[in-house]
Amino acid sequence: MPAQSLNPAAYPLIQIERLCKSYSLQDASGKTITNQVLFDIHLTIQQGEFVAIMGHSGSGKSTLMNILGCLDTPTSGSYWLAEKNVATLSKDELARIRNEKIGFVFQGFNLLKRMTALDNVATPLLYAGISRAQSRKRALELLRRTGLENFAMHQPNQLSGGQQQRVAISRALVNHPPLILADEPTGNLDTQTSREIMLLFDQLNREQGITIVLVTHEDDIAAYAHRLIRLKDGHIVLDEKNRHETAPGGTPSFPSL
Amino acid sequence: MNLLSIIGEALRALRQNRLRTGLTMLGMIIGVAAVVLMLSIGQGARTKINETIAAMGSNLFLVVPGATSSGGFSFGSGSVRTLTINDSHAIAELTSIKATAPVTTGPVQLNYGAKNWSTIITGTTPNYFEVGNWKMESGAAFTESDLRSAARFVVLGSVTAKNLFNEEDPIGKTIRISNRPFVVVGILMAKGQSLTGRDQDDTVIIPISTSERQITGSQFPGSIRYMLVQAKTPDDMDIAEIEITQLLRQRHRIPKGKENDFTVRNLTAIADVATDAAKVMSIVLGAIASVSLLVGGIGIMNIMLVSVTERTREIGIRMAIGANQRAILTQFLLEAMMICLMGGIIGLIIGIGGAWLVSRFADMLIVITAGMVGLAFLFSSAVGIFFGFYPAKKAASLKPVDALRYE
Ligand SMILES: Nc1ncnc2c1ncn2[C@@H]1O[C@H](COP(=O)(O)OP(=O)(O)O)[C@@H](O)[C@H]1O
Ligand SMILES: [Mg+2]
Repeated sequence: MPAQSLNPAAYPLIQIERLCKSYSLQDASGKTITNQVLFDIHLTIQQGEFVAIMGHSGSGKSTLMNILGCLDTPTSGSYWLAEKNVATLSKDELARIRNEKIGFVFQGFNLLKRMTALDNVATPLLYAGISRAQSRKRALELLRRTGLENFAMHQPNQLSGGQQQRVAISRALVNHPPLILADEPTGNLDTQTSREIMLLFDQLNREQGITIVLVTHEDDIAAYAHRLIRLKDGHIVLDEKNRHETAPGGTPSFPSL
Repeated sequence: MNLLSIIGEALRALRQNRLRTGLTMLGMIIGVAAVVLMLSIGQGARTKINETIAAMGSNLFLVVPGATSSGGFSFGSGSVRTLTINDSHAIAELTSIKATAPVTTGPVQLNYGAKNWSTIITGTTPNYFEVGNWKMESGAAFTESDLRSAARFVVLGSVTAKNLFNEEDPIGKTIRISNRPFVVVGILMAKGQSLTGRDQDDTVIIPISTSERQITGSQFPGSIRYMLVQAKTPDDMDIAEIEITQLLRQRHRIPKGKENDFTVRNLTAIADVATDAAKVMSIVLGAIASVSLLVGGIGIMNIMLVSVTERTREIGIRMAIGANQRAILTQFLLEAMMICLMGGIIGLIIGIGGAWLVSRFADMLIVITAGMVGLAFLFSSAVGIFFGFYPAKKAASLKPVDALRYE
């Protein structure tokens, strides 16, 4: 059960070199305009790190996260994830990596509608080829750990924002990924609920060594991370150890994950 | 993801939009029901024609007096009296011929007790029953010696017997035909309608000798209305036709270059034409019905395309949590197939029900075969796969990031 990242690994989990991303758009007259969003990104993230990415709206944070999550492809440059050159992988292999290596947490929760919390959490396991019964068993276990066992049969629209995000986190964790990518996970939540979610991430990172990359523009959310990266207009302008590294503290609100 | 889970998901998705699913299914239901109904009507018509042809007897010629007219032939067109019983006997001697049966006809009034019944009488020889493939329900046909003695024996068709006798056993009873007493010796098994739609079971058959002398009269002695001629084998049919023609021309002393005063009709060939016509009809009916299936299929494609667009974000989420292209493709394809299969099953039931109603109230023979049921399933799944594939492929080839960003 503990992720492979507990002991210091010989290779970085994420290694990005000279990465650029641009979008081609057609303007009103039909001319193609190229809009470069990421410029010459170099980024190495070791296993077990807890990284916050900050920056103004439109600075390219989500674009970077999507590339990290193998949802999007860079225009140029290289991306190595767990020693694999992502550019060389087939679509099926990418799907497999998203299934096994990465857990996504989104600002808008992105749960499947009209499906119970339990089935939402179980779905990644179904895609991994695990039986429905087994998947549900494992999903229920995760819901119990995030304090949602009583809401297993609820559908997303019957849950509060905080509860939905905990379902999403349970779903992200269900297949034991070494990496969690969270794009503004607290963006839709109030302060108290945000704090609970951040404590959950903190606990996952400390107890299981799960690597967490988190996008936020709130300083007090970023404070939970151990490393801070700042993007400005598609450039990394800051990459430093977090000054408040020991700051958050507080007792974990969840049973040991 | 295993198939059972995908089927579960597909069912859930279909349930989420019951009205739309139902309306889409309606196209399939109508299509399949129409195909099943049309096929069963077509098959029924073919079966009916085959039965009629089998009942008619095999390798048959009908020889009628009079030249072939441009309007085809008519059964014993009254005026010409060029064919005789002796012609019939002579033809029976030909090597290619198995048997012949000369026939005279005439309208008669039948009486039994208080009941009476008007019909057409057939005077013929005992060969008639074998040549015309008539089987006896009860009793027996009259014999050659009855023919020689011009006995007053009569064989009744099942409808005629029923009209005169109801539940009573007619065998041995005496009826009056044009006021002369006849003993009923046999009842024919029912045959149903002929190819031309005539009720063949309303018939009265007596020896031709008796008929000539006592019933139909003999203004032209020995002349007959028509004769049935049976060739020995199907292969003899061509030769038989030539031989009959040559013999009759010779017997009637028709000089070279003048046209025949008789017409030889190959009934088996006419039957083949009828069979082919029925086959064509069932194919045409099936093809017309298939068009509605096609329309149903297009409806499914349309709805699936809408569904893929509406659920773009769901597709993105599924891809983000590990669905590969095949999983997405299977999911949408299965939804389309499920609509088709469910529509197919309901359509099948309605089609069979409709066929039953038609057979019940329109007095048509309807035949439903296992093959048709199989075909309906095959067709509806094929429609599902064919029209579901493009939308499913479209869903599966979305880029994860684009699908996720879709508003
Ligand atoms: N699919 C796209 N097509 C064109 N431009 C895009 C697309 N996605 C993002 N962009 C542009 O890239 C820039 C960065 O977007 P994003 O990474 O979402 O920023 P952030 O998450 O930091 O707010 C924006 O200017 C946005 O308009
Ligand atoms: Mg963003």
